[in-house]
Amino acid sequence: MAFIDYYKVLEIDKKATEAEIKKAYRKLARKYHPDISPNDKEAEQKFKEINEANEVLSNAEKRKKYDAYGENWQHASEYEKANQQQTYYNKSGPQEDFNSYGRDGDDYSSFFESLFGNSGRGRNRSQQFKGTDLNAELHLKLEEVYTTQKKTITINGKNIRFSIPAGVENGQTIKITGHGGDGVSGGPKGDLYITFSIENHPNFKRDKDNLYSTVMLDLYKAVLGGEITVATFDGKAKLNIAPGTQNDTKVKLKGKGFPVYKNEGHFGDLYITFQIKIPTNLSSKEQELFTELSKLRTI
Amino acid sequence: MNTENFIPINTLCLHYKLEINFFNTLNENGLIEIQLVDNIEYVHKESIYEIEKIVRMHKELDVNIEGIDVVLNLLQKIDTLQMELLKVRNRLLLYEN
Repeated sequence: MAFIDYYKVLEIDKKATEAEIKKAYRKLARKYHPDISPNDKEAEQKFKEINEANEVLSNAEKRKKYDAYGENWQHASEYEKANQQQTYYNKSGPQEDFNSYGRDGDDYSSFFESLFGNSGRGRNRSQQFKGTDLNAELHLKLEEVYTTQKKTITINGKNIRFSIPAGVENGQTIKITGHGGDGVSGGPKGDLYITFSIENHPNFKRDKDNLYSTVMLDLYKAVLGGEITVATFDGKAKLNIAPGTQNDTKVKLKGKGFPVYKNEGHFGDLYITFQIKIPTNLSSKEQELFTELSKLRTI
Repeated sequence: MNTENFIPINTLCLHYKLEINFFNTLNENGLIEIQLVDNIEYVHKESIYEIEKIVRMHKELDVNIEGIDVVLNLLQKIDTLQMELLKVRNRLLLYEN
C-alpha cells in the first residue's frame, strides 16, 4: 500500500485554498467523468482517484489529519492512540480511531481506508455516483450475426437477455444500460459493455457490409460460357458466365452481402472472384485435342 | 394516447430536484423530446438514461445546457470515428491473413 499524494492527484499546491481545490476538482472531473469518457478504464480509475483526493482535501478535518501525517501515515494509528489517551485525561470522551476499519469496496484506495476507515467514506458526501461499468467479450460465428438474435449471458450470477443486431462488426461494443455495478450513495447502476469477437468464415470474407468469396471455374465454362450455381451466405444463386471469362474476374451479386447494421432489409453485396481450374492429368485424347487447339491459335 | 411508457416532467423535477425550466430548455435545444398529452408534459421512458446522463453532467460537473449539447455531439462524433476505425482495422485484417 503506497502513500497517495492527493495534492499531486488534483495538481494543486499544498497551500491551495478551498476554492482552488474545488476548481481543480471540477476541472479534472470534467475531463475524467465516466459520462465524458465512456468505456475508458484509465479515465474511470483517474476519476476515482480525484474523487478520493477531493473528499479528503475539501473536508477541513480530513485534510488536517492527512497533512499532519503525510508520508508517515503508517504511524497514524500510534499517534492517534497517544492523542486519545491524552484526550481522555483532558476531556474524558471517546475519540475516533480511524485506523481499524475493514474495507468493503473498491471505490477507495487501501491508503484512504487505512487512514480514514469505512466511517471516512462518504461522510459529508452528498453526491451520487454511477456504478462501475462492466465489460464482457462474446465470441460469435459470422453466421450468428447474419440475423438479429436474442442471447442470454450470465454476469455475476444474473441472467441478462439482450438482442444482438444483425450486421454487428468484429470488435464492436454495445452498451446494455443499467446492468453494471450498483451506484454509490443511491446513484444509478453502471452499464454493461459487450464486445463482440467474430470468427472468420472459411468461405466468405467480410469487409463492412460486403462479402467476398472465391469460386473455382472449370476451363471449359470459362472459355465457352454457361450457367453455374454459386453459394451465397444464406443459400445459392445462379450465375451466367460470359464466354472468355479470365482468371481473377470479379462479379458483383447485388444485395447478397451482409446485413447493414441497424438498417433492416438492407444488405451489402457479394463479390465473387473466379479462379480458373486448369485440367491436369490429361488423357492422350485430351492432350491431342489441346495440341490441335493450340495449333489453330498459332496459325 | 396511452401514457404507460411516458414519465411526467413534474415527476422528473421532483426526483432530480430541478426546475421545470431545465427540462423545457433541454427540449428547446433538442436534447430531449417533450410530448404534451392532456395538457401534461411527458418524456418517453426510453429517454430516461440520456436524461440521467445530462442531469449528471449538469449537477456533478456544472456544465450548462449548451455545453452538454456540445459534449453529446462530440461524443457522438467520437463514437462514429471509433466505429470507422474498427471497420478499417477489420478491413486490414483481410489483407494481413
